[in-house]
Amino acid sequence: MSNNVPAELRYTQSHEWVRRNPDGTVTIGITDHAQHALGDLVFAETPEAGRTVAAGEACAVVESVKAASDVYAPIAGTVLEGNGGLADAPESINTDPYGAGWLWKLRPADAKALDALLDAGGYQKFLAESAE
Amino acid sequence: MAFIPHTDDDVRQMLATIGVGHIDDLFDEIPKSLRAGPLSAIPPAASEMEIGRLMSERAARDGRPLNFIGAGAYEHHIPAAVWAIVTRGEIYSAYTPYQAEASQGTLQTIYEYQTMIASLTAMEVSNASLYDGASGLAEACLMAVRANRRSKSLRILMPRAVNPAYRKCAQAIAGNQNLRFEAIGFDPASGQTALDALERHAGEDVTALVIQQPNFFGTLEDVDRLTDWGHQHGALVIAVVNPTSLALLKPPGEWGEHGVDIVVGEGQPLGVPLAAGGPYFGFMTTRMEHVRQMPGRIVGRTLDLDGRPGFTLTLQAREQHIRRGKATSNICTNQGLLMSAGTIYLAIVGPEGLERVASASLARTAELVAALTQIKGVREAFAAPRFHEALLKLDRPVAPVLEELARRGIAGGYDASADYPELGHALLVCATETKTSGDIATYAAALRAVLGTARAA
Repeated sequence: MSNNVPAELRYTQSHEWVRRNPDGTVTIGITDHAQHALGDLVFAETPEAGRTVAAGEACAVVESVKAASDVYAPIAGTVLEGNGGLADAPESINTDPYGAGWLWKLRPADAKALDALLDAGGYQKFLAESAE
Repeated sequence: MAFIPHTDDDVRQMLATIGVGHIDDLFDEIPKSLRAGPLSAIPPAASEMEIGRLMSERAARDGRPLNFIGAGAYEHHIPAAVWAIVTRGEIYSAYTPYQAEASQGTLQTIYEYQTMIASLTAMEVSNASLYDGASGLAEACLMAVRANRRSKSLRILMPRAVNPAYRKCAQAIAGNQNLRFEAIGFDPASGQTALDALERHAGEDVTALVIQQPNFFGTLEDVDRLTDWGHQHGALVIAVVNPTSLALLKPPGEWGEHGVDIVVGEGQPLGVPLAAGGPYFGFMTTRMEHVRQMPGRIVGRTLDLDGRPGFTLTLQAREQHIRRGKATSNICTNQGLLMSAGTIYLAIVGPEGLERVASASLARTAELVAALTQIKGVREAFAAPRFHEALLKLDRPVAPVLEELARRGIAGGYDASADYPELGHALLVCATETKTSGDIATYAAALRAVLGTARAA
C-alpha cells in the first residue's frame, strides 16, 4: 500500500488533504492512500466557484471504473475554483494526488479551523490503526 | 400455490436461527397504519378455465373500434416481422441480464437502439431506454437540476401545451423532490406556447424549460425561438418529441442556435401496439457534457484483450447498484423488450419507411380535419401548422358525442375539455397511416348523423 503523507499538509479521517497557501486560501485534494484505494480514476466533478460549503459537506465526486465517491469539505468556506484540468486528465489524481490532482481551492471561513485537522503524524497513525 | 421454494420447515429453521418467532415480526418497523392488511376486496380464486372465459367475454365487449384517438399513444402499422423476432427466446426478456457482458447479443441490440435514437434526435448519447415518455420527462427534469449547476431554484417552466398526463407524472415523481413547475400558457389563436408568457420569467433563476414538439394539441411550436429563449435565460432546454415526427421535423439537437440539452419521448409509436396504459418505453438522449447526469443504463462499444470489438455496460458508477442513494435515478431499469421492438421496427422500416409513415399520418390527419370541419358545429381550434393530430371545437359537450360514436364502432378522439376548460368543448383527433379515405368518410358520416340528431347545447 502506498502511503505518501507529505509533512506540510493537514488531513481528515475521510482522506482529504488541505494545503495552506501563502495568500490565506487553501487547496484541497484526496490523499495518496485514497487514490490508491479507489483505483484508476476516470472522472472528477468539482464544486463551482462561489459556492459556500460547510465542514463535512459533500462537494466533489471522484469516479473510478467501479465506484463513485464523495469528497467532503475538510473546513467551511467559499469555493474559489475547481481544478478544470481534471476534465481532460482525471488520472492526475492517481499519478500526482498532492500536485496536479488537486480538487478545489477554498477561502476558509475561519483559518483556525485548519488547526483542528490531523497533521501528517496523526493521519499516518490513523491509517495504521485503520489497517489493523 | 406460492412460488416460493421454502418448506414450512425451512422457514421455521431460518426464523429460529435469527431468533424471531413469526415472519410478521420482521415487518415490525413498518407502522400498523401503513400495512396493507388482508385483501378483503379480492374475490376467491377462479380456475384457469373460468378466468379465460371471463377475459374473452370482457375483451369482446371492447370490440374493434375504428380508432381516431391519439393523445400520446398512436396506432401505427407494425410489420409482422417485428414481434415474430421480439418473441424469440433469445430476445424475449425485459431485462439486461446479470453478467451483462456474457449476453453480447442483448448488449448489441441496446447499442444499436442507442445509435438509432441518438441519430433520430441528433444528440450525442442515448441511454438504454426508460419506463415511458411521461416518467422520462420527470427523469429529464431531475437530470436538469443536476446538470444545470448555475441554477439553484429547482424551477422548471412547463408549458400547459405539454401532454397533461406527462405534467401530472412529472409533478408526482419530481414534485416530492422539491422541484417546482411553473405553468406557461399558450396562445389561444395558435395553440402554441406563448413567448410573452415566458418573458414574465426573464431575469429569474430558471433551471429548465420544457418544449413538446408537436405539442399536446398536435400543433408545431416555434422550437428555435423557444430553445434560444431558454438558453439566453440560463435554463437547460428539455425537448419532448414524437419519434415518428422526427422523420419530417427538425431534430431537437438542431433547434435554435445550440440545440436542446435533453431529449425525451414515448417510444410506443415505434412498433409497440396500443394497450391500456402500456407497457411502452421511454427514450432519452443528451449531450456528452451531461452524460454523467443521465439516468439509466448505457452500453458502449469496446475492444477485448485480443482486439476484437465487443459491447459492455459503461458509466455504471452513476447507477444505484454502485452509487446507492446518490444514483442518478432509482427507477432506471430499462424496458428491454419494448426497446427491442422499437429497434427492430426502425431497422425494418428504415429512414425512408419512417418518413413515409410520418408523411402519410400528416396527410391523413389533414384529410380528417377537412372532412370533419365541413360538419356544422365542428371547427378547428387553432390555426398554426400541425403534425398528425388536431384539436377540434364542438358546439356541445364532447362526452355524449363520443359515447354515441362508440355505439357506432368509432373511437372518435380524446375529450380534452376537462384538461383545458378554457377551450370549451374540445376534442383531440388523430389519423395515422392506418386510416383510409373510406375510414375517414365513415367517421365524418357518423359524426354528421350524431350532431344532426340532437340539438346543439
